[in-house]
Amino acid sequence: MATLLRIEDLNVRFRLGREQGQAKTQPRWGRAVGDDAGGITFDIPENTTVALVGESGSGKSVTAMSIVNLLPDNAERSGRILFDGRDLLQASTAELRALRGRAIACVFQDPMGSLNPVFTVGAQIAEPLRLHLGLSRRAALARAEELLAEVGLPEPKRRLSAYPHALSGGQQQRVMIAMALACEPRLLIADEPTTALDVTVQRQILELLARLKAERRMSMLFISHDLGVVGEIADQVVVMRQGKVREAGPVAAIFTAPQDAYTRALLACRPRLDGTARRLVVIDEHIAGEAGQAVTAPASPAVPRDASAPVLIEARGLCKSFPIREGLFRSRAFKAVQDVSFTLRRGHTLGVVGESGSGKTTMGLTLLRLHEATAGQVLFDGQDLFALQGVARQALRRRIQIVFQNPYASLNPRFTIGQTLLEPMQIHAIGTDDRDRAARALALLERVGLDATAFGKYPHEFSGGQRQRIAIARALTLSPEVLVLDEAVSALDVSVQAQVLNLLKDLQDQLGLAYVFISHDLAVVRFMADEVLVMKDGRVVERADAQTLLAAPREDYTRRLLGAVPRGYTTTQ
Amino acid sequence: MTAMTRSEGVWSLAWQRLQGDRVGLVSMAVVALFAVLLLAAASGLVASNWQAERGVSYAPPTLLGPAPEFAAMPGMPASGAAGPAQPLLDLTSVDPLAPRYAEWDTATKKQSIETVTQSPTLPFGGDRLGRSVLDKAIKGSQISILVGVLAAVVAAVIGTVLGAFGGFFGGRIGDGLEWVYNVFTSIPGILLILAFAAVLGRGVTSVVLILGLTGWTGIYRLVRAEFMKHAGRDYVRAAEAIGASPLQRMFRHILPNVSHIVLVQLSIHVVGFIKYEVILSYLGLGVSVDQVSWGTMLAEAQSELILGYWWQLATATLFMAVFVTAFSLMTDALRDALDPKLRGLED
Repeated sequence: MATLLRIEDLNVRFRLGREQGQAKTQPRWGRAVGDDAGGITFDIPENTTVALVGESGSGKSVTAMSIVNLLPDNAERSGRILFDGRDLLQASTAELRALRGRAIACVFQDPMGSLNPVFTVGAQIAEPLRLHLGLSRRAALARAEELLAEVGLPEPKRRLSAYPHALSGGQQQRVMIAMALACEPRLLIADEPTTALDVTVQRQILELLARLKAERRMSMLFISHDLGVVGEIADQVVVMRQGKVREAGPVAAIFTAPQDAYTRALLACRPRLDGTARRLVVIDEHIAGEAGQAVTAPASPAVPRDASAPVLIEARGLCKSFPIREGLFRSRAFKAVQDVSFTLRRGHTLGVVGESGSGKTTMGLTLLRLHEATAGQVLFDGQDLFALQGVARQALRRRIQIVFQNPYASLNPRFTIGQTLLEPMQIHAIGTDDRDRAARALALLERVGLDATAFGKYPHEFSGGQRQRIAIARALTLSPEVLVLDEAVSALDVSVQAQVLNLLKDLQDQLGLAYVFISHDLAVVRFMADEVLVMKDGRVVERADAQTLLAAPREDYTRRLLGAVPRGYTTTQ
Repeated sequence: MTAMTRSEGVWSLAWQRLQGDRVGLVSMAVVALFAVLLLAAASGLVASNWQAERGVSYAPPTLLGPAPEFAAMPGMPASGAAGPAQPLLDLTSVDPLAPRYAEWDTATKKQSIETVTQSPTLPFGGDRLGRSVLDKAIKGSQISILVGVLAAVVAAVIGTVLGAFGGFFGGRIGDGLEWVYNVFTSIPGILLILAFAAVLGRGVTSVVLILGLTGWTGIYRLVRAEFMKHAGRDYVRAAEAIGASPLQRMFRHILPNVSHIVLVQLSIHVVGFIKYEVILSYLGLGVSVDQVSWGTMLAEAQSELILGYWWQLATATLFMAVFVTAFSLMTDALRDALDPKLRGLED
C-alpha cells in the first residue's frame, strides 16, 4: 500500500513567554510532541484509517493539527511531514491554504463551535466548493445538496437554508463532515469527532465515516481518547503518551497482543459492559504491577449490599418544567422531567442513564433543590424535601450533596483549597473553630488521596482528576448521606476516571454513602450502580437492577442505547 | 496546622506580569508621585498658603524674567506719586486737628507697617491677585484627584451593587434596575450632571455626589453582564448546594471573580471624572470659590488669556495632562495584568 502521508521525526514546541532575570530574556519553551531523543514518526497509507489514541496532554491533537499547520502562532515545528512526497513543513502559507479543505480536510470535536452561526448550512458547504473547485453559486448549492444527502441528513434541500442552531449535535457533525468531503479530500483528519455526541449518535457518525471512507477510498486520521471507538473504526493504531509514540501497529495486534505496558494498562483500566470487577485497574498501578507479575487488581472483598437498608430517598411523580416564551405574551411549559419515581436505600447506588436532553441532570439538581420541582414529592428519610424551609432546609442540605461534571468550573478559582473546604463547615457551624475545621479538611484531603500541601493552593494548580477529588472532598465536609454525582467522571481521562471511580467505591464502602450516579456512559454506570433508571425525554423508560438491565433489557430504547456502546476491537469485524 | 504555605493568588500573579510592563511601571511611578504630592498638600506640607499674594499681579514665570514695566524700576512698589517740590505751608494755627497730630504720631509709631515685598516673578507665574500658580496647581491637584477618585469609588460601589443584584437575581429585580438604568442613560449626560448640580449646589461633596450618582451606569452594565454569566456557573451552584446564602454567593464567590473588571472600570472613571470636574468648575458649578481645582484654574485662565497671561492655563493643563495620561496608561497596564485573556500570545 502506498504511503499517503509520512510523519518523520516531528517535534512541536510552544513558546510560553520569557524567562526573567537574565540581561537578555530567553524564550521559554514547552514541548508538546517529541523529546530530546527525537520526534515521532508514523505513516498513513492510502485508503486506511489510522487512529491516534492517547489521554489529554498526549500530543495527539497537536500532531494532527501540525500536518496542515492549524497550530497557534507560538508553535514551532521541526522534522518532516511528507504528503505525496512534498514536505508540508516547508510549504508556504499559500500552498497550505490551497491544500487545506482540498486535499486534506478536517472535522473537529465541537460541531456547534465549528460552524459559523450566522451563515446557512448551504452557504458554508458551498464555500469550499467555490473556493477550491471554482463552482458557480448555483452549482455549488446543488453539489451541497448531494453532499448532505450523502452524509445522511434527511430533507437535504430544506436543510440548505437552515442555520446551524436549528440542527441537533449529530446533524451538525454531519454537516461538518459534508463540508470536509466537499472537495473530495484524500486525507480526512477527524479530531475527536464523536466525543461531544451521544452514544447512539456516535454510532451513526462512526458508521457514516466508515462508509464514506470505503466509498471514496480516502485515508482518515482519526483522533480519539476512547479505545472502544478506535477499535471499531481503525485499521492502524498509534498510541501516544506525553508526546511520544508508545506503540503503533495494526488494530488487531494492538487489541489482542499489546506490546507496550501503557497500552495494556489503557486497555485494562476501562470499565467494561461485561466486566464484573469490583475495582478498576489504574494505569500506574498496572504498569508497576506488571513488573511484579500482578496483572489483576487487588480485589477488595466486595461489600454485599444490604437489600433491606433503610430507604433514604423516595421520589414520587417528580416533575420539572421550564417556561418557554412563545411570541409576546404566551409561554409554553417545556417538560424537562416528567413523573419520575424511584427509591434509594442507604449505601446503594442509583444509576441514571440517558442521552443529552433526557432530563437526568435536571432531575439531579431538583433533588438538591437547585431547581424547584414543579410537581411531585421527594421524601428524604421521611421528610418532605420540597416543603422544608429555613433552618430545616439548611439542615437537610448537609445530608445531600452534589459533585458536578466539570471540575474546572465547579471550584471557585479565587478560593484556596482550604477556603473551599472550610466554607461549608463555617456555614453549617461544623467544628468548634477554624483550627478544628482545618484539621477536618486536612483529614478529608488525605481521604481523597491528596496531601496537606494542597490546602494552601489554588484550583488552577491541579489537574482535572485532582480537582474532582477536591470537589468530592468539599461535598464530604458536610458528612452527607447522599451524593448526587452528575457526570462526575465524564470529563476525565480513562486512567483518572478509573482512580476517581475506585475512590467513590471506597468512600461508599467506608462511609455508607448512597449515590445518585448520573452518566451517559453505560459501562461506567454498570460498574457503579445497583439499580438503573433509563431516561428519555424526561421520562423514565426503564427501571431495573443493573445486572438485569444490561443482560436483558426490556425496552427498545435501552437495547438501542446498549447496542450503540462502542465495544472496541472484536474478531467478528 | 501552622505555617500553611499559601500559593500565589491571582493578585500576586498579576503583579508579576505588571513588573514586566515598563510603561505600566513608569506610569505607576508618576501616579504614585502625584499621590505623595496629594498627601503632602492635604497635610499642609506644601502649598498650604496658596492664597497668599506672593507676587505682583500677573507675575510672569521666573524663566521669562519680570514684566517690562517692572524691569525699569526694581524697587517697587515703594515709589508712589512724586511729592511737591517746595516746602509745605505751615497751617498749624488754623488747623483744628493740629493738637492731635502728636498724639496720632505716637499712636502710629506703635503700629508697625510691614511692607510686603511682592516679587516681580514667580516660579510658574502668578494670577490676577499675585498668587503662585504652582501652589494653586498643587493644591488644585489635591481637590481634582480627590474628587475624581471619590466620585469613581461612589460610582463603582453603586454600579457594582446594583449590577450584582440585577445580574444575579434577574426577574423583577433585574427589570426594575434596568428601568432605572434606562432612565439614567436616556438623559444626555451633561444635562443630567447640570440638573444634579443645580439641586446640590457647589462644593467638593456635591461634585463627588453629582459625578457618582450620574456615572455608575457603565459599571452597572458590565457588572450585571458578568454576574449573569457567573450566576449559572458550577462553582456558584456548588456554593448553593453547600447552603451559601444569595448574598454570600454574590459577594463572597462571584465578586472576587469579577473584581478585576470593577477595578479597571474604576480607574477609567477616575480619569473621566477628573475631566468632568474640570468642566463643572469651568462652568461655575464645581468646587466652591474659596477652593482651587484644575477646573477653576482653567476657568480663570480664559479671561487671562486675552490679556496675554498664558501661564496659569499652561500649568493647569500640564499637571492635568501628565496625571491623566499616567493614570490611563496605568489602567491599561492593570487591565493587561489582571485579565490575561485579553493579551495576545507573548513573544
